[in-house]
Amino acid sequence: MVARRTPLNEAHRRLGARMVDFVGWDMPVQYSSVIGEHEAVRTAVGLFDVSHMGEIEFSGPGALETANRLITNDLSKAADGQALYAGLLNDQGGFVDDVVAYRFSPERILIVVNASNKDKDFAWMQARAQGVKPVDRSDDFAQIAVQGPKAPGLVQRLTRVDLSKIGTYRFTEGQVAGVQCIISRTGYTGEDGFELYCAPGEAEKLWEALLKEGQQDGVKPCGLGARDSLRTEMKFALYGNDIDDNHTALEAGLGWICKLDKQGGFIGQDVLVKQKAEGVKRKLVGFELTGSGIPRHGYPILKDGQRVGEVTSGTMGPMVKKPIGIGYVPTGLATEGSTFDVEIRGRPVPAVVVKTPFWKKS
Amino acid sequence: MAGNIPQNLKYTKEHEWARIEGNRVVVGVTSHAQEALGDVVYVELPKVGATLTAGKQFGVIESTKAVSDLFSPLTGKVVKVNDALKDSPQTINSDPYGAGWIVELEPSDTKELAGLMDASAYENLLKNS
Repeated sequence: MVARRTPLNEAHRRLGARMVDFVGWDMPVQYSSVIGEHEAVRTAVGLFDVSHMGEIEFSGPGALETANRLITNDLSKAADGQALYAGLLNDQGGFVDDVVAYRFSPERILIVVNASNKDKDFAWMQARAQGVKPVDRSDDFAQIAVQGPKAPGLVQRLTRVDLSKIGTYRFTEGQVAGVQCIISRTGYTGEDGFELYCAPGEAEKLWEALLKEGQQDGVKPCGLGARDSLRTEMKFALYGNDIDDNHTALEAGLGWICKLDKQGGFIGQDVLVKQKAEGVKRKLVGFELTGSGIPRHGYPILKDGQRVGEVTSGTMGPMVKKPIGIGYVPTGLATEGSTFDVEIRGRPVPAVVVKTPFWKKS
Repeated sequence: MAGNIPQNLKYTKEHEWARIEGNRVVVGVTSHAQEALGDVVYVELPKVGATLTAGKQFGVIESTKAVSDLFSPLTGKVVKVNDALKDSPQTINSDPYGAGWIVELEPSDTKELAGLMDASAYENLLKNS
C-alpha cells in the first residue's frame, strides 16, 4: 500500500527529514536530531506537521447532544470556543480513542481523533450517533502544531487576532500569515502553543511563513520522535501504548476527563461508576529506572521475580536526563516511592515510581 | 549516503569498524550506523575479560527510538571498554571513529581479519543497500 502524504510532504523532504511509515502515513520522524528538536520545543519553539490527525464533525440541530453522548467529557458545560480532552470508550470502559472535542456552537462540534484510529472512530461514531450523523472532514484540514515558550510570540507576529485573549484549551478563527485558520491554544507537548487548522492547499504557505518568521526564535521543524519523547516526559497517554481497548480510563488515570454525573451519560459510564466504587486493581504510573538501561514499550514489570505489569512507554528523557517510563502496575505498587524491576533483555533493572509529569519547568 | 568511511579501517556488514593497533583491535560503529540510529542514549558494554565471537552479538546500542545489537568483527578477549560512553553515549554520534570507540579486543585469530571489508567494499555495501 502506498503511504498517504500530508500536504507538507514535499516541504519535509526539502528540509531533509527522515521519513517513516506511520500508520500508513509517510511522516517525518526527525529532521536533525530528536533530542535537539525536543530541546527546541522546551526552550524555544518547534513546528509539527500533524495533518494526519482525523477530524470528524457533527453539525446542525442536536449536534451537541449527539456528540456529547459519545465522549466522556461534558461539552454541555463547555463554552463556545472551548476544546475538551476526552475519551471515546467501549462498553467495558476501555478506550476506543482519546480525542479533543471542539465546541464551535451547540450546532457545530468538531472531534479530532488519532490518525491510527480515524476509520475505526468514524465507523464507531456512525453506528452509535443517535441524532446527527457524523461527517468525516479529515481531508478538509491540514494541521500544524506550534509548540514552545516562544510559540505565542511567533504566531502573534503573523496574525491580527489578539492571542492573549485565547486561554488554554480555547480557540478562535482568523488569519495567520494570510491563511484562514482555526487557532487553538492546545497541543500535546506540555508547552504553551497553538494548533493551527487550515485548508490543505494553504498548509505549505503557513508552514513556510512560520519557519521564516520563527528564525529569530530558533524555530525547528520537529518530527514524530520528538513528539513522542515530549509527551512521554509529560506522562501524556498515547493510544496503542498507554491506553487501549483493554485498560479503562480510571486505570489510565484519566478519570478527570470522564464526567460520571453527566446528564445523558456516555458509553462505558456504568463500568467506570462501578469501578470507581470498588477501586481499580491496576494503575498507570510513571517511573524512573534506578539501574542502567532504557525502558521500552512491552517490557515486563517484575516484583520479586514475578511479572506483575508491563511498560507502556519509555525513553531517555531529554530534559530530565534519566531513563523514564510509564506502565501498568497493581494498585499496591502505584504509590510514589514504590519499587519494582523492569526486565530489560532478561535482566531485572530496579525502578521507582515517581511523581509525574517527569518534566516541570523550574 | 556513504557518509564518512576512513580508509584505514576494516568493516562488517552490520556497520561496525575495526582498527588494528599492534596486536589489539579497537571496535566501534560507523558514521553511517550512528546516523541511521539517531541520537544514541545508551550503550550496553561487555565486561573486560569477556570472550567475543566473530559475528555474534556482544552489546546493545540504543537511540531515542531504536534498540540495536552490536556484533563483534572478530573473536577475541575484551581488554578495554569505553566506560566514558556510560555517561556520554552521544559521543558515538559526535565522534564515531575516535572518542566514540566501544571496545578493545585481543584477537585470538588474526586470519579472521581477511573476512572483513575494506573501505571501498563497505562503501559499495552502503551504495547498494
